Amino acid sequence: MKKILINFAHPAKSRSNINIALRNAVENIEHVTVNDLYANYPDFMIDIKREQALCEAHDIIIFQHPFYWYSTPAIMKEWLDLVLEHGWAYGTEGKALAGKVFFQAITTGGDASNYQKDGYNEFTLKELTAPYRATAKLCRLTWLPPFVVTGVHQGLEPEEIQSYSAEYKRTLIALRDSLLDLEVLTQQETLNNNHLVSRSE
Amino acid sequence: MEAFLLQLFIFLAAAAISVPIAKKLGLGSVLGYLMAGIVIGPFGAALIHDVEAIMHFTEFGVVMMLFLVGLELKPSLLWQLRTPILGFGGAQVLISSVFIWGVAVVFLPWQQALAIGLILSLSSTAIVLQTLQEKGKMKTEAGQSVFAVLLFQDLAVIPMLAILPLLATLTISGGAHHDSVLFDISTLPNYIQILVTISAIVFVLMTGKFACRPIFRTIANTGVREIFVAAALGLVIGTSLLMMTVGLSPALGAFLAGVVLADSEFRHELESDIEPFKGLLLGIFFISIGASLNFTLISDSFLLILGLTCGLIAIKGLVLLLVSVVFKISKQERPLFAIALAQGGEFAFVLFQLTKTSGVLSIEVIEPLISAVAISMFLAPVMFVIHEKMSHKPNKKPVEASKDVIEKGDHKVILAGFGRLGTDIGRFLISAGIKPVILDHDANNVSLLRKLGFEVYYGDATRLDLLESAGAATAELLVITLGDTESAKQLVALAKKHYPQLKIVVNAHDREAAFEFMDLEIEHIYRETLGTALNMGQAAMKQLGVDPYEVHRLKQIFYKKDVEMMPELYKLRCEEEKYIVLYQKHHERLEELMKLDHNENLMALDKAWTAKNPEL
Repeated sequence: MKKILINFAHPAKSRSNINIALRNAVENIEHVTVNDLYANYPDFMIDIKREQALCEAHDIIIFQHPFYWYSTPAIMKEWLDLVLEHGWAYGTEGKALAGKVFFQAITTGGDASNYQKDGYNEFTLKELTAPYRATAKLCRLTWLPPFVVTGVHQGLEPEEIQSYSAEYKRTLIALRDSLLDLEVLTQQETLNNNHLVSRSE
Repeated sequence: MEAFLLQLFIFLAAAAISVPIAKKLGLGSVLGYLMAGIVIGPFGAALIHDVEAIMHFTEFGVVMMLFLVGLELKPSLLWQLRTPILGFGGAQVLISSVFIWGVAVVFLPWQQALAIGLILSLSSTAIVLQTLQEKGKMKTEAGQSVFAVLLFQDLAVIPMLAILPLLATLTISGGAHHDSVLFDISTLPNYIQILVTISAIVFVLMTGKFACRPIFRTIANTGVREIFVAAALGLVIGTSLLMMTVGLSPALGAFLAGVVLADSEFRHELESDIEPFKGLLLGIFFISIGASLNFTLISDSFLLILGLTCGLIAIKGLVLLLVSVVFKISKQERPLFAIALAQGGEFAFVLFQLTKTSGVLSIEVIEPLISAVAISMFLAPVMFVIHEKMSHKPNKKPVEASKDVIEKGDHKVILAGFGRLGTDIGRFLISAGIKPVILDHDANNVSLLRKLGFEVYYGDATRLDLLESAGAATAELLVITLGDTESAKQLVALAKKHYPQLKIVVNAHDREAAFEFMDLEIEHIYRETLGTALNMGQAAMKQLGVDPYEVHRLKQIFYKKDVEMMPELYKLRCEEEKYIVLYQKHHERLEELMKLDHNENLMALDKAWTAKNPEL
């Protein structure tokens, strides 16, 4: 069984519905660790040693966060800047993350149609998350497309929230138990609907 | 003197033995007192005599209880309750009186039946409130409704006292005027009587509103605790005396005095001062009720009294159910509401006494009724116990998922000390929507802060009873900002012992004080000057032209390391020498660490921002 680390970032948890629901759905799964960055480092004083140790102790690293300005909340950038040190995460000697799986679980205000070439934002989510794909490559991580919840601003129905949460949970369990074909997943636009790519063996 | 002490000893010993047993059996203290009364009463071991005199004296416990009830009730809350008080209360008293009158009029002339109806419609404030409080049911819907009805009943006693003598049909045997020690108001003409009565009430309200607080403040400033207790007792007794003199119920007067003082900063102090007296008096009052059960009479006319008791409880219970349906009390709360008020009350003893002296009812009618009332009062706590056992079973929880968002306003926080440090913490908490109950022992400070709109109470926070009144039993967090380390340690020890659920955050004068709190296993200790020192340091360095963000970062690192080395220092502080060595070592290490961290961070930032990968 693989170990999963969720680096969770939401600066206003009391105003979040979907992120809390997603987190609650997976928090108690065996081999899943939730690392709430804003709760652990309200002053942005990220403990680099602790964070690196956490990464080393897990096989799959997830960044779960709302999609702010086509990117992450600020603390996640701080995390990248401080934790991904040369000689640890990258560089000739930097192989601490090599071979681990990385993906983002993001929630967006606009609905899915905005994130199309001919949509309002003109870029797809896969395109907009390219910096993380590049980061993953530099750190020798296996990158997967993001798990996506769209249309949060219009308000999601309780059934929708429930179904997204269930899907998130299912995905994490499948990844933990190595049930998915990562090669095929990489080709997809998003990590959603992954039950179609179960490994055949 | 010896005889008095012996009586007192018997009462206290009986209470001390029976109440713990009753509580252990889950029966509540009231039942324990009542049984103790039966055991030591004339029909038990016959250890006490003059029960009636004792009952009259200890009735004063009811007055004190109403004073305390008033203290809990701010005028604004009372105003909110006006509908239930008039609605539930009015309906209950009216309908019960009519029903009982309807039954009694079959056997007796209508005037006598009406008197009985009125008297029996009242319930026992003492037993019901005591039991509800003990079972933590006061804040439930049923509890609030019960309270509203009891309040109305207490008010209704006053017109009843006036009406009952008008129903007289018998020739009066003795003198029927009421025996006032001061002067007899009934000798005055009618309109002056009314005027005197009204001015007495206004006097109580005005005194409570304007005179009490300066007086209490002056007394508080003397710092002599028993004088404050004396003043509090004097206030209650004085009010009662005044009310009795003008022919009103002393309970009502005490209640009014309580309501007027509910907004004052001395509320908790008064509460904790009066509480023990009330408890003792009520306890002895209940014992005397138990002791006054006339078993000879009960066994002689067993069926009659049994019928009266059952009839009384049945009629009142049914009327209460009816009221609860009409006023839409929620279904699961209705049985408690009905059971709680289905007994006769202690006012019945007083009023029956009045009907006897004013020639309304004959002794032959009164005796069995008094027994029935006493038995119904005895049964009341029993019925509470039965209700509790019955309602435990269908404890289905609502299926809907509860939101785990806690409203900030629901947090119960006690802030002990409102000096230099406490003021800023208090302001900060309030600005975040958390309203602490604030305790401070500087009366001048307290009155000033109250003018500014803070909820501040006067009192020494290291006293257990004051903590209790401030709600420590249900509070979540205790913030201690007392300037004096010894007092703070005392408070910590007290809170840990009696309220283990309380989280504690404490300020420490210096490092040594922090160690002393660590001795008490407190986790959240804040050295009061550290934060300011570092902020000043930051400002100073900025003045020197050091990069602002770098200074900020340095400050945070310094703080973190300083906090981190506290446990190690603590371990070794007993050995003075080692401590000093370690302290120096830590300073060296701190410097080293800071440099190291500093470099690490700068390096990390450099790497991040310049993104120079040597391999590309």
